[in-house]
Amino acid sequence: MMDAAHPLAGTAAELVWLVPLLPFLGFVVNGLLSLSSAYLPGPLDPSSDPTAGHSGHTGEFASVQMTHHGHRHRWEPLVTILGPAVVIASFLVSAAIAWAMLRTGADTPFVQTYGTWMPAGNLKVEWAFQVDRLSMVMVLIITGIGSLIHLFSVGYMREDPGYPRFFAYLNLFVVFMLALVLGANYPVIFVGWEGVGLCSYLLIGFWFSDQANADAGKKAFIVNRVGDFGFLIAMFLMWSNVGALDFAGVAAKASQLPAGGAMITAICLFLFLGCAGKSAQMPLYIWLPDAMAGPTPVSALIHAATMVTAGVYLIARSSFLFALAPAASLTVVIVGGITAFFAATIGLKQWDIKKVLAYSTVSQLGYMFVGVGAGAFTAGVFHLVTHAFFKALLFLGAGSVIHAMHEAYHEGHAHHDDAQDMRNMGGLRKAMPFTWAFMWIATLAIAGIPPFSGFFSKDEILGTLFARAHDSPLASATWLGIPGSTILTAIYGLGLVTALLTAIYMTRMMIYTFHGENRSDAKATPHLREAPWIMTGPLAVLAVLSLSGGWLNIPALVAERFPVGTAELLHHWLEPVVGQATAALGGEGHLPASTEEALILVAVGVAIAGIAGAVLFLKPARLTRAAAAPPERGVAWVLANKYFVDEFLNKGLIQPVVRVSRAVLWRGIDVGLIDGLMVNGSATFARGVAWVGSRVQSGLVGNYAWAIVLGVLVLVGMMTIR
Amino acid sequence: MPVDYPLLYSFHFYLFGVIAVGSALLFVTRKSPVAAALWLVNVMFCLAALYVMMDAHFIGAIQVLVYTGAIMVVFLFVIMLLNLGHADGPADFRSPSTRMAAAVVGLALAGETLALLAAPMPRLPVVEVPENVVSPVARALFTDYLLAFEITSVLLLVAIIGAVTLAKRGVKA
Amino acid sequence: MIQPALFFSGILFAIGVVGVLTRRNALILFMCVELMLNAVNLTFVALSTMHGVTGQVFVVFVMTVAAAEAAVGLAIVISVFRHFKTVDLKAVSVLRG
Repeated sequence: MMDAAHPLAGTAAELVWLVPLLPFLGFVVNGLLSLSSAYLPGPLDPSSDPTAGHSGHTGEFASVQMTHHGHRHRWEPLVTILGPAVVIASFLVSAAIAWAMLRTGADTPFVQTYGTWMPAGNLKVEWAFQVDRLSMVMVLIITGIGSLIHLFSVGYMREDPGYPRFFAYLNLFVVFMLALVLGANYPVIFVGWEGVGLCSYLLIGFWFSDQANADAGKKAFIVNRVGDFGFLIAMFLMWSNVGALDFAGVAAKASQLPAGGAMITAICLFLFLGCAGKSAQMPLYIWLPDAMAGPTPVSALIHAATMVTAGVYLIARSSFLFALAPAASLTVVIVGGITAFFAATIGLKQWDIKKVLAYSTVSQLGYMFVGVGAGAFTAGVFHLVTHAFFKALLFLGAGSVIHAMHEAYHEGHAHHDDAQDMRNMGGLRKAMPFTWAFMWIATLAIAGIPPFSGFFSKDEILGTLFARAHDSPLASATWLGIPGSTILTAIYGLGLVTALLTAIYMTRMMIYTFHGENRSDAKATPHLREAPWIMTGPLAVLAVLSLSGGWLNIPALVAERFPVGTAELLHHWLEPVVGQATAALGGEGHLPASTEEALILVAVGVAIAGIAGAVLFLKPARLTRAAAAPPERGVAWVLANKYFVDEFLNKGLIQPVVRVSRAVLWRGIDVGLIDGLMVNGSATFARGVAWVGSRVQSGLVGNYAWAIVLGVLVLVGMMTIR
Repeated sequence: MPVDYPLLYSFHFYLFGVIAVGSALLFVTRKSPVAAALWLVNVMFCLAALYVMMDAHFIGAIQVLVYTGAIMVVFLFVIMLLNLGHADGPADFRSPSTRMAAAVVGLALAGETLALLAAPMPRLPVVEVPENVVSPVARALFTDYLLAFEITSVLLLVAIIGAVTLAKRGVKA
Repeated sequence: MIQPALFFSGILFAIGVVGVLTRRNALILFMCVELMLNAVNLTFVALSTMHGVTGQVFVVFVMTVAAAEAAVGLAIVISVFRHFKTVDLKAVSVLRG
């Protein structure tokens, strides 16, 4: 791959090392700045005020209120410039590389090796980056949306005493995420994979002084370990059975394994376990809703736009493996479909605005997995891209709302209610017209209304699924004896229902947040106002992207009828990377145009029905404030409590583990075996031996003489016998 | 026997050997330290005779001079100096059971030695005995083993100093 | 006459051992040790008829060491006696652990 004839040699692609290095420099500088005390000594220093720090508020901005408003970190100006700038610079480099790729039309991976990491016998793992069409899509998303979210964070986090620390973590996250998508082999990806997990943990627990936030961080970290175990096992199996860990090597050698055999299926399933952990799929999705404890820009960047899509990326990256294992691909489809539906139902009854979005993210990730599982890798990546646009917009919009609510509560000197509970909102449209408009664009996009971006990507996934169900290698494969066609059809149906639910819960969120009368405290209401331009600016850019992102991959059907541009740009762009695998799983079958039209009409009809139903049946006027709200009953009670999955896991898994840990591991093994038998036991043993020894050391010369003589007897006796 | 020894030679050899063993037995069984010491002197004389018979004339000479003449005399001198010449009575011997066990152990040890001797020995030719039997010892002592020889002199010096220091009167620890 | 010499040597050594095990008087113990040393010397001399004069050289060394040992040992016995008014090892128990 390193031949000099590669079309990208000598272009901007040579600078790919600069892409992660720039944010890394930002991390180093911001990290060093975060070590200095937050305020200059003097009357402004809140630590000199003994009454500060006792406000007792929970949720976001709790720590902001500990300090006085208007006080900023002493290095705030430098961080404000540096934090976003490094990511923007990184985006510019990425754009230059992408331009070089467009210009040269390079369609093979361009691998840059920077050194050897693990030279161990036959195993040789390189520090290598791979620039190809798939990784560039991801790099552009990460640095592009990352830049916008960094800018938004400036407005959102400016008055937090941990401002430089926040940007240091955020920069570091970008570094690892770029390593994840640029890595040319699985171990380098794993470095990024673990690194983003670390940053996710650090940022979820950013306000770690609150126990709940710290716990949420731990939960995310621990649940992700389950997935990482799968990733590791997959790598081990890959190495021992395929004999390579870099993508080119694995792709070349994987076909040696029997297609559809147990080994390739096991590798893919373990890989998918890793993806399910990172991308919050069943049953490892439980950490993502709790991850909302982090600052909202973090939720937008890490837990919506980039990190959680790493699993989708990894499967698309490993498409050559999944193409050989139809059973594993069907597993991906099933898990993705069920997750999408399951999370959507929970999203119906959440009151916390960020929780709604969190379950929505889980649900949309399910869609992506359905796409990549069904061999529609382009569709999955396409949905990843559009989802990054509109979900980042939704989260940032929610952040804007939460920010406004907090400011209002604070400036109105009102009693602090939960600023994230939609029951305390309502009627924000008048106060925040821009946020309202942008969030509606995102809502229509996620609901799948044309011509918003989400329509195209979701429709492509559902359409491909429908097509695959009828005539494809995947449909003729079986999964635990069930024919693939049955599964694909069932998941298609589930996907349609999920689309309906998506439209309903998103509309519900919009209605409760922005429409009707304001339900905030009477003192707070007059202080509600739009966020500053540094926050609405990124929202506007994201809104444009959400609106137009579908242009990336317009279905041929639409392109024929309307003069909107070239059809299936992304499809052609990714063809060299995933085309072979797509063909292997999907075959060449294309649906007739009439069927495709019917499918689009059904999908759009479902989305409109969902929105209309929500508008008709949900009455914000009937809502009461969160504090006074009556408890939920019946199905709503089950949904509001997320099917009691957390409680079930707590009772069924965590408590037994804790009990076993206490009784067996702690008291039994640690105290009993290690402390008792081994540590104290060795001491007791030594004391016993010493006691015997001290008895022997009687000090009586006669006894010693006896011992010597008996010893001589034995020795000479041995010589005699020999 | 690789070499035929004259009968008279053998007779004397066994005679001195038996006397030595008998004296040794008497030595360990005497209650009086003086008697015991004198029986030990007898053992050493017999050994000196055996040395001479085995052509180790120099060793035989210093056996008499050093062991019998110096070391044993010093022993007797100490016994008399400390006025230990009379028998201590039964306290000197350990209990009968200990003595019995010691006898068993001693017999076992002797038995083992005999068993070892019963095994076939490597048959090396007997070294030709030169006319002058002392000079080979001297040559070895002052060439190959010169360093060891000099170190023994240091050892003796240290022993002298140690003995003087230990036996000095009025040293209170 | 190697074999009889070795035989006598073994017997004498065993007798010395029995003496060490049965007696309690420090001086007699010393003399028993001297007897054992003499038994070993006999072995050295007996084997030197076969292996050359090295055995005799070692006898010289053993005698020197025995002389040194006797000097120091007897000095110790004297000081012990001065202190305890006896040379019975049973009475000397200050250094017992």
